[in-house]
Amino acid sequence: MNKRIVIDPVTRIEGHLRIEAVVENGVVKDAYSAGTMVRGIEKILKGRDPRDAWAFTERVCGVCTTVHALASCRAVEDALGITVPKNAELVRNLMFCAQYLQDHVVHFYHLHALDWVDVVSMLKADPAAASKIAQSLSPWPKSNPGHFAAVQQRLRKYVESGQLGIFANGYWGHKAYKLPPEVNLIAVSHYLDALEWQKDIVKIHAIFGGKNPHPNYLVGGVPCSFSTEEVGAINTERLNHVASLIKDAIAFVEQVYVPDLLAVASFYKDWGAIGGGLENYLAYGDLPTRGYGDVSSFLLPRGAILGRNLNEVHEVNGKNEEEIREYISHSWYRYAGGDDKGLHPWKGETEFAYTGPKPPYEQLDVEGRYSWLKTPRWKDHPMEVGPLARMLVAYAKGNTDVKELVGAVLKKLDVPVTALFSTLGRTAARGVETQVVAHWMKGFFDELIGNIRNGELRTHTRHAWDPATWPAEAQGVGLTEAPRGALAHWIRIKDKAIDNYQLVVPSTWNASPRDGKGQRSSYEAALIGTPVANVDQPVEILRTIHSFDPCLACAVHLYDPDGRQIHQVQFN
Amino acid sequence: MSEPRETLWETMKAKGHSRRDFLQFCSFAAAAAGLGPQATAAVAEALEKKSRPPVLWLHFQECTCCSESFIRASHPVVADILLDAISLDYTETLQAAAGHQAEKCRDDTMKKYAGKYILLVEGSVPTGADGAYCCVGGRSAQDILKEAAAGAAAVIAWGNCASYGCVQAAKPNPTDATPIHKLIGKPVINVPGCPPIADVMAAVIVHLLLFGRGPELDAQGRPREFYGRRVHDTCYRRPYYDAGMFVDAWDDEGARKGYCLFHMGCRGPVTYNACAVTKWNQSTSYPIQSGHGCIGCSENGFWDASPFYRHQPMVQGFAIERTADAIGAALGVGVAVGVAAHAVTTNIRKRPVISETVKESAPAGQVEEEEAK
Repeated sequence: MNKRIVIDPVTRIEGHLRIEAVVENGVVKDAYSAGTMVRGIEKILKGRDPRDAWAFTERVCGVCTTVHALASCRAVEDALGITVPKNAELVRNLMFCAQYLQDHVVHFYHLHALDWVDVVSMLKADPAAASKIAQSLSPWPKSNPGHFAAVQQRLRKYVESGQLGIFANGYWGHKAYKLPPEVNLIAVSHYLDALEWQKDIVKIHAIFGGKNPHPNYLVGGVPCSFSTEEVGAINTERLNHVASLIKDAIAFVEQVYVPDLLAVASFYKDWGAIGGGLENYLAYGDLPTRGYGDVSSFLLPRGAILGRNLNEVHEVNGKNEEEIREYISHSWYRYAGGDDKGLHPWKGETEFAYTGPKPPYEQLDVEGRYSWLKTPRWKDHPMEVGPLARMLVAYAKGNTDVKELVGAVLKKLDVPVTALFSTLGRTAARGVETQVVAHWMKGFFDELIGNIRNGELRTHTRHAWDPATWPAEAQGVGLTEAPRGALAHWIRIKDKAIDNYQLVVPSTWNASPRDGKGQRSSYEAALIGTPVANVDQPVEILRTIHSFDPCLACAVHLYDPDGRQIHQVQFN
Repeated sequence: MSEPRETLWETMKAKGHSRRDFLQFCSFAAAAAGLGPQATAAVAEALEKKSRPPVLWLHFQECTCCSESFIRASHPVVADILLDAISLDYTETLQAAAGHQAEKCRDDTMKKYAGKYILLVEGSVPTGADGAYCCVGGRSAQDILKEAAAGAAAVIAWGNCASYGCVQAAKPNPTDATPIHKLIGKPVINVPGCPPIADVMAAVIVHLLLFGRGPELDAQGRPREFYGRRVHDTCYRRPYYDAGMFVDAWDDEGARKGYCLFHMGCRGPVTYNACAVTKWNQSTSYPIQSGHGCIGCSENGFWDASPFYRHQPMVQGFAIERTADAIGAALGVGVAVGVAAHAVTTNIRKRPVISETVKESAPAGQVEEEEAK
């Protein structure tokens, strides 16, 4: 039997996305992914001061924030030949790491956990037994029976009020939920703890960048200044604050997040064979240790893996116009030179051409154009980006920190290395990455302190700040890794203003519609084969979609083989 | 799951508690809240009659920075707001339900609490292409907004997107991004900023709950208590401005000493917000404190007032209560069209501030009327 489901909006993500899919005999047979919002920021950037671009592009995402600003500054610096001082590199790395810690933890507890954790089941838990389990997992001091009993009581009161707020109409009681009540209680308790903790780690953005979300950046370096003699600078008190935030972050990640991830995953090992999708992975890498120009110094390495072959990592060059191209065969755009060709972002175009149905609509024409996302390809291959891609590239390149942790996770869960290519692997990779990044962060901080001790206080490279010094024409690319995957901005500067600006963001790689050859992108490919026990409650589809940490609001349809909508599911 | 019940008393009754148990609980609650025994009756009445106010949070053309900011609130902490203060029945960012189940949460609240729910809106609404630039569940943003606004007791516009249009409304505004007060026929509390400060967001919600009405607003529909003063007038670097001591290059000696960032393009003198007082992220810092000038992210049309690093004309020697008009006027004469327009609105909004002891707060609908004059 074939069924078509509509999930619109898919919640617990950022933005607006719609997916249409076919379920046959309890398994997803086909799927279509569509972005349903567009803002046209690339058009808005044209003609503006390149030094302002970081602020505009940071507003592309209030969840990833800082990484867009970073990509933008790097694109301008690349175009103008600017190398930032060592301290600026370290501050940028610290902000990058803080972003990862906050974002990955929030993703796990607040965006993804409810796919695996049954909130209502925790009401049946024995707090003493939950405490015993939690204490066996880690030495986290709050794992006492009293704390769990208090959390349970609070949630009980909440549920009994009848107003379930954000927990209303969930899939509670669905047979796909497998955790015992005690583990559910631990997870819900840490849901609340994580909500509190995530406010702390982003204070690192506030200290160096003035605020979060949307901290301030600067072409040529960072805006903050160091001084051990001034109250108005980043002084010893400010640095001590950063040190204590890093210490607390390592404790939270190692004593709460990673143990919870492994405890939950151990009940869902079957998901190590579901949701793999594409076999190609792309990472631009980041966290330079000897300057952004020296790719070999990146702690997160750059590279591409094809066909899951971990024995070979291909080089990636953002400037090579043969490598990265964006297609619009199934997107609501128009290219001046024909819609069938792919364009390298330096030559990219952003011309809206909506051909979809007029809202309100029931379905999109998935055979034609169906998304506001373009379709990027690397050497014409669809690529998955994100924590899994980064960890696989690091693993394949022999990064010892990553290899050790990945090995430990596989051993702990007792699953083969092939389990990495899955929904479970994607979620586990995020946890591994959070742990290595937390420790690297400590290293960056120690190095910064060492520099300041040695009197090295420079934070900005001035020589190309004045537009009068710029060439008549220049172009550059800034690559980085958003928490959810490879991110790059391409800029062309003409007469001191932006002539063309193009972004290719992680969700464009993962959530885009298929290309002209019919090749699916990550979401569409990963959903194929996903089991759906109850088409009225497709929690399994959410598990795989959420494992990517989508950065746009989405919707899912299931079609019959003729593409005809036979049932629009009403979730009751 | 149990059917929604209106009040705590009904819940207790259903669980077999007597009226006496309930009143005992109320007297305990009154004492716990630091109130005398005479308050028991009032507490009982509140718990008998009041459920947590239902809240719908809609998402349109946005980057979710307002939601992200909101979960950084520290007083009250966000878990307390979510579990104890309100019933957040719809928010695409956090709610467990998806798809039609999520939409049902929204529709149920609109029906059951018609005229009583609070509507929060994040994002602007594109009016171009018949609404195709932003759809949720196959419906246009404008369609969803109009329906939800019709039955709302209060409407809050989060951030610059919902208040003014923000980055997607910057020239050439490719999608005709529109602020929500232009699309619905009722007053809107604008809480601008990109994003707004978390504790300001929490305070605006708590103000509604605590005082049973919205905060006093200025002519742009902004709560005066947070947007009544310029960043410049409350900035700890202000003495350096008055003394003529400025940062003149990034990373210079003045930068390390914390001098005024006016020469680096700081927009503190033309920006109304609580950044310098409330500060960000549990009062950790604010942009100027960390060495970058204010980009004016809570002002109407600030994106088109860029470039951000342009040195503004200097106006010295005015007292704090006069500088907003004086600087606004000087910029209007000397600089770009965008800034001139800004100066006009500065003067308009300054009017109620000057006469704040006599004027009542103005609903957002009056903004256009004032602008028309």
